Amino acid sequence: MLETFLIPLLKIAVLINALLVSVTFLVLMERKVMAWAQNRLGPMRVGPHGMLQAIVDPIKLILKEDITPAKADKWVFTLAPIMSLAPALAVFSVVPFGFDPLYYIADINVGLLFIISVTSIGVYGIILGGWASNSKYPLLASLRASAQLISYEIAVTMTLVSVILTSGTLSMIGIVEAQQEAGIWFGFIQPVAFVLMFIGGLAETNRVPFDLPEAETELTGGFHTEYSGMRFALFFLAEYANIIVISAITAIMFLGGWLRPFPSIEALAFLDVIPPWIWLVSKIFVFLYVFIWIRATLPRYRYDQLMNLGWKVLIPIAIANLVVTGIVKVLV
Amino acid sequence: MLEAVVFYTLATFILGLGILVITARTPVHSVLFLVLNFLLVAVLYVTLGAQYVAVIQVLVYAGGVVVLYLFVVMLVSLKRAPEEHGDNRRLGVLGALLGGAVLAELIAIIFASRRNTNTVVNATSDMPARLSDPMLNTEQLGWLLYTEYLIPFELASMLLLVAMIGAIVLAKKNI
Repeated sequence: MLETFLIPLLKIAVLINALLVSVTFLVLMERKVMAWAQNRLGPMRVGPHGMLQAIVDPIKLILKEDITPAKADKWVFTLAPIMSLAPALAVFSVVPFGFDPLYYIADINVGLLFIISVTSIGVYGIILGGWASNSKYPLLASLRASAQLISYEIAVTMTLVSVILTSGTLSMIGIVEAQQEAGIWFGFIQPVAFVLMFIGGLAETNRVPFDLPEAETELTGGFHTEYSGMRFALFFLAEYANIIVISAITAIMFLGGWLRPFPSIEALAFLDVIPPWIWLVSKIFVFLYVFIWIRATLPRYRYDQLMNLGWKVLIPIAIANLVVTGIVKVLV
Repeated sequence: MLEAVVFYTLATFILGLGILVITARTPVHSVLFLVLNFLLVAVLYVTLGAQYVAVIQVLVYAGGVVVLYLFVVMLVSLKRAPEEHGDNRRLGVLGALLGGAVLAELIAIIFASRRNTNTVVNATSDMPARLSDPMLNTEQLGWLLYTEYLIPFELASMLLLVAMIGAIVLAKKNI
């Protein structure tokens, strides 16, 4: 009785704390890395090399004045940031960090589908955030953002289906086990799906080059224009938590999760001294760095180019990948 | 015992949210209560051991269908007051008649299904032994959909295709 409730609650507490702290440091990391890419230094004043900026920023957001627009729907206005953050955090209940039961909260037999369905609930935060602000620009921006999200969800889901075909199971631990048995990361077996998932992940999290809905020069800041203080902080946290979620899922699906590189080559077994969760965290880190790198480098897509890419390029490629995977799976 | 508590709590919430859907003041509130309703029905599916159906319920219903409802509801702002929609008493009688018809149908289905409990067992008798674990929801469903119920499956996908083409034809200005 104690074990079935207390230990998962402890794990959830540790996980949510770790996640929220990582998100604040991710914000700082983004500012620093983008600054270095632009030949400047980023935040340097608070703490050594600006490290404490991550702690000071949330404090600033908490202390800001909380403004609700006149005639905004109060309940929905309050609910929107919550509906954005809750799915981003809830997904981590099925993301494992190792084979040992200590490293995950739950391993359900439909884990991957759970992740897809819970992230599709995150669209509500954006739609409601724009609508509840009772103002033109956020409404338009939220419609654009949600249309983008539901379009790229299709491509992402199809690439995940090809991973399911390759691994034969929906459970997250099962997928890593399949990669261990195959002796090779799925990124090498399914390179097209890997690239597609990464691009789709960029679009799902509203990151450059797909960040038109929240660019400051377009539609004055997007769906979170009217939000200030802690409500904006929740939207912000939700976006960066989504980035970590997508990185974690891509790492588990395509980079073998917590397996070392080339798990089948015995000569590299000396690398097993590194605990498995450190492998997964480093892979997530690599993806986060690449996300920020892309933001510093690429210009953003125009909205019609964006939708064109999602529907006319990524979905056909994803379907073709699925068909080829199916044929290979039957013949081999 | 625990199952009964969970079921009755869920049932109360589901029914309560259903009533809130009908009696909410704005259409957007109504849609939000509907989302919550669907999420709780997914939890109900989990208690029945149908994990795949639960996740698909969230993915398709709460995450797809209701999002599109929300788009339409948001963009069509109803300025007319609800009282202008017609005679309340007549609508009430009509509602009671329709509700009674649906209730009678449900009771008929429950009594009819109590007599034929063999069909489900027969359908799964051809499944390979490796799929007999009840935790292999998705695999069992996949097996059935592609062997026993292949024609309904293909017909359903044809229906979706027709709906998609119909939507495009209706919405496009020049094809």
